[in-house]
Amino acid sequence: MRDVWSIFKREVAAYFISPMAYVMGAVFLMLSGYFFSVILLATHSASMQGVLGNMAVIFLFIAPVLTMRQLAEERKLGTDELIMTSPVSTTSIVVGKYLAAVCTYVVYLVITMIYPAILIKYGSPDMGPIYSGYLGMFLFGAGCLAVGTFSSSLTDNQMVAGVVGFGLLLLFWILGWAGAVVTGPIGDTLANFSLLKRFDDFQKGIIDLSSVLYYVSFISIFIFLAVRVIDSRRWS
Amino acid sequence: MIEVRNLTKKYGKARGVEELTFTVDKGEILGFLGPNGAGKTTTMRIITGYLAATSGTVKVDGFDVFEDAMETRRRIGYLPENPPLYREMTVGGYLRFVSELKGIPKSKRKAATSSAAEAAGVDAVYNRVIANLSRGYRQRVGLAQALLGNPEVLILDEPTVGLDPRQIIEIRKLIHSLGERHTIILSSHILPEVSMICNRVVIINNGRLVASDTPQGLSGRLEGRGRIAVRVRGPKDEAPKLIRELTGVASVSVETHDLATENGEVLLIVETDDASDVREDIFFAMAGRGWPIVEMKTIDMSLEDVFLQLTTEERLEDEAEVAPGA
Repeated sequence: MRDVWSIFKREVAAYFISPMAYVMGAVFLMLSGYFFSVILLATHSASMQGVLGNMAVIFLFIAPVLTMRQLAEERKLGTDELIMTSPVSTTSIVVGKYLAAVCTYVVYLVITMIYPAILIKYGSPDMGPIYSGYLGMFLFGAGCLAVGTFSSSLTDNQMVAGVVGFGLLLLFWILGWAGAVVTGPIGDTLANFSLLKRFDDFQKGIIDLSSVLYYVSFISIFIFLAVRVIDSRRWS
Repeated sequence: MIEVRNLTKKYGKARGVEELTFTVDKGEILGFLGPNGAGKTTTMRIITGYLAATSGTVKVDGFDVFEDAMETRRRIGYLPENPPLYREMTVGGYLRFVSELKGIPKSKRKAATSSAAEAAGVDAVYNRVIANLSRGYRQRVGLAQALLGNPEVLILDEPTVGLDPRQIIEIRKLIHSLGERHTIILSSHILPEVSMICNRVVIINNGRLVASDTPQGLSGRLEGRGRIAVRVRGPKDEAPKLIRELTGVASVSVETHDLATENGEVLLIVETDDASDVREDIFFAMAGRGWPIVEMKTIDMSLEDVFLQLTTEERLEDEAEVAPGA
């Protein structure tokens, strides 16, 4: 646990020393702010529903960029030779790095809470869907970042890691459309695996335990895969 | 302290290291020699746990590097060929991070980082960002990292590569002084360096052990043949002929790339049959003709010669093995 903390601290510092966290944050907040303003002006309703949905899609594009550096760069620069020969388990390394990305994401999310604050100041929004929406946002984003961490473990090339991560996320997004195209149990099953489809319930104010479990297992599986990929390098 | 047994590492079909066996005693400085691509780095990476062996075992202080990885890693300080540095960090921040990774308790961290920084000579740049440091300083920061926590074993992969001559001398001195308290494996392709610092040398070529001995033992290994350099002020063709006729002389060659030959001097390399001393005979032979000897010295086989000979012998054997089948 202490090892996770050490890795986590260094990684968060790396995010905030480099322009990465700021640039990605600026892009994310600019687009979120745009959607918030436009949707609010168009609907005049004190609700975050459409806004959170759009924020989720934006973050789907941001997540792979945020995580592509993580493990790929260690390998490129040879610093993996330090951490992999330290008395620290591979799981601690991957989890520490992953949590640092999640932490950066949470910082972004906290900043976006200006929007509900504005709604509360000038209107009386129904808080339930906002709370559950943010919980969903957190789980959804954490899922995207897990995919990003995993794809960063695959290569020493950041661009490749970013593109692979983006491709995987896109796949988990469009699986949701399968429900509309393919009818019957196959379509439903595919749609159940969609990252965004699950998020819809949270936006409406429904916290479905199975959806929470889905995100938690989704994250665990990709972190586990990243650990295995890194560990398997010893055998190459 | 370190026991390597039948270590084999294959990269796909290519072999990295094959059936390598050697041991390093506590407090010993072992020089690991071989041409580029011989398998030095692979072996070191397996000892440190960065790579897993295809077969064979490595034990450090009685612990298996694979089974008890955490135990062995705690005992090893490792400097890879490219120092593993985070460029955006300061030297101090970096050393603090590594001391956390190595599990040095918080109360001792400060003392550990400053003593490692001092030992490696980076205390002057402690607060500078690593990206702005020179190659020599980065190498030292890498070394400081390996020294953190005072590990019993130090594995240093080409520690002097890329340094200027003054830095090389300093690093060698440092390693030598570290040898009093640590067990060290040091790889290099520079032979004098190894004969200077190490108690024992292991030579590998093509992933296989070629020789393991003290630097002196290796030099003396060459069948007792002696070599003498003689510089004579005399005729270029007759002087060697005369020496060749002496008993005990195996061969005489004239060193043609010698500047002094223009002054009527000739430099001869005399090889003797056995350990017999022919220096007096040479002196009298030359004196009888009135050709003054201006210089005479015995030439020790350098590690370079040993190395070349051992690795070429190996190649000849290899070819001999292959030939019947081919």
